[in-house]
Amino acid sequence: MRLDLRIPIGLLFALLGLLLSLYGLVSDRALYAVSLGVNVNGWWGLVMLAFGSAMLGSAWVSARRPSSGA
Amino acid sequence: MTLHLIDYAIIGLYFLFVVGIGWALKRYMKTSLDFFESGRSLATWITGLAFISANLGAQEVIGMAASGAKYGILTSHFYWVGAIPAMVFVGVFMMPFYYGSRARSVPEYLRLRFDEKTRGFNAISFAVMTLFSSGISMYAMGRLFELFLGWDINLSILIAAAVVLVYTFLGGLTSSIYNEVLQFFLIVFGFLPLALLGLAGVGGWTGLEQRLAEVAAQRGFAPGVLTESWRHLGSASANPMGVEWFGMAMGLGFVLSFGYWCTDFLVVQRAMAAKSMNAARRTPIVAAIPKMFFPLLVILPGMVAIAVLPAGAFEFGGKTDYNMALPLMLQKFYPPGLLGLGLTALLASFMSGMAGNVTAFNTVWTYDIYQAYIRRDAGDRHYLRMGRVATVFGTVASVATAYIAMAFGNIMDLLQLVFSFINAPLFATFLLGMFWARTTPNGAFFGLLGGTGAAAVHYALTGVAGGRTSVLHIYPSDMAQNFWGAIVAWTACFAITVLVSLVTRPRDSRDLVGLVYSMTPRQRDSELPWYRRPAALGLIVLVAALFLNLYFR
Repeated sequence: MRLDLRIPIGLLFALLGLLLSLYGLVSDRALYAVSLGVNVNGWWGLVMLAFGSAMLGSAWVSARRPSSGA
Repeated sequence: MTLHLIDYAIIGLYFLFVVGIGWALKRYMKTSLDFFESGRSLATWITGLAFISANLGAQEVIGMAASGAKYGILTSHFYWVGAIPAMVFVGVFMMPFYYGSRARSVPEYLRLRFDEKTRGFNAISFAVMTLFSSGISMYAMGRLFELFLGWDINLSILIAAAVVLVYTFLGGLTSSIYNEVLQFFLIVFGFLPLALLGLAGVGGWTGLEQRLAEVAAQRGFAPGVLTESWRHLGSASANPMGVEWFGMAMGLGFVLSFGYWCTDFLVVQRAMAAKSMNAARRTPIVAAIPKMFFPLLVILPGMVAIAVLPAGAFEFGGKTDYNMALPLMLQKFYPPGLLGLGLTALLASFMSGMAGNVTAFNTVWTYDIYQAYIRRDAGDRHYLRMGRVATVFGTVASVATAYIAMAFGNIMDLLQLVFSFINAPLFATFLLGMFWARTTPNGAFFGLLGGTGAAAVHYALTGVAGGRTSVLHIYPSDMAQNFWGAIVAWTACFAITVLVSLVTRPRDSRDLVGLVYSMTPRQRDSELPWYRRPAALGLIVLVAALFLNLYFR
């Protein structure tokens, strides 16, 4: 049984997403003057968290069906 | 500019995962085939993403943004005319011979199809070339981080090299490929907000067109020259690249791009690691789909940079250096946090480019130089050990070439030129070798030598505007000289290979089964669903690329 690549990718992006979105929550709004007033850390963190979770979810689903591996 | 704790945390997390993947894969590396070819077992989406990621090195990310700033949307020809058709071609037509011949490397295919001397020429020039490009890319990274963040250049080079060494040493090609996929996603997630913020900041595509029309006028060109990819290719003097449509389509599109994507072992190796013939053929075609949209990620920020940054932003010590376009854009639009992610993406691109070079080098060294000329009949464990030694040697030698680049900047420019002499004619050799059974080993060898020689002679006899004057012909830009040099090299190689082949003895046709089109049973994929058929997928990709060309014409 090989290492399913979706697990490390999913984990890394979920963690990075979590880190960024939490930072977006607590950071000073003045930081976002450069990014046209958008809290890019918060929003992009959530996008990355969603992507990471989707990767982990798809790895979990295919691990339960042993016939199809990646 | 300064980094915050959050930025360091993001970079640190990334390093942890990169090394962790290598460590987790270590126990799967039992034979040399596992180490060099990933045991030929990887899924198509993995090999496909690695296929583009291995090429996403320093030159790609930094260089494409720089070209976007210098040439505008003309840079998209590297993708929509160059890479995409070549990737479809290698998948549909060439992969059956690479994968089907069971060759373990591109030079080994040349030995099976032709002879030892053709393989030797290709293997040795490829090995030297990979080490130098990996070193040049490391030097570029170190210099960028020094200029931009004040990081010590020695420290950047040593840390990046150490991390790449650890994960390629432990997990071989699989580790390199897995990390390339990880890096692919990091590059997308790290640069996509930059493209979106930049475009929003400049007032959308129409806003960008208006701003770049002013910039184009300042540079003495028609207003649309930076935002229209085809309308200004009627004559070489009408656009900043100094190339007209024929030089563009033939030089860049046909010779240079097909030469790179179809014969460079660095990318072909990724497809050869696929789990089946069908997966190997679909690898470059699946890769072409995201590749089509990379101009948005890497060229657009460069175009936005010249629209939003002040005119003097690219002046460094009296010289214009567009290589800083991407870092300057990160600085302008990214707050702490996202900046860490952007820098991680930059680091990831450097490291994936370098790891790609190191894994291609260790394979060619072990199979095509060491096993061919130094020790022929050792056990598999011996070659696996040699692969690890070559990984260490390749990394150390890359660091050494990075320092050579640092000491002799001009010599490096010259070397990169020499490499373009070596690569350009190769595609003629493969085209004839794969599709004309009559091509003889001597024809291929002397064609390659002649093609390389013709490129050198072309370079010696021509000049670029503003440079040497005592030459036969002066090109408006070095881009034009490069494209036309490639055309000359390709044509010479093609003609010499055909002529020499007609007067020398071909190989017995029984030896060519699986290596030449007419001697190989056709790939039967008519019973597969359309999305698994390489030709059908390739057609869709080509139509999409055509549409992009027409839309941004």
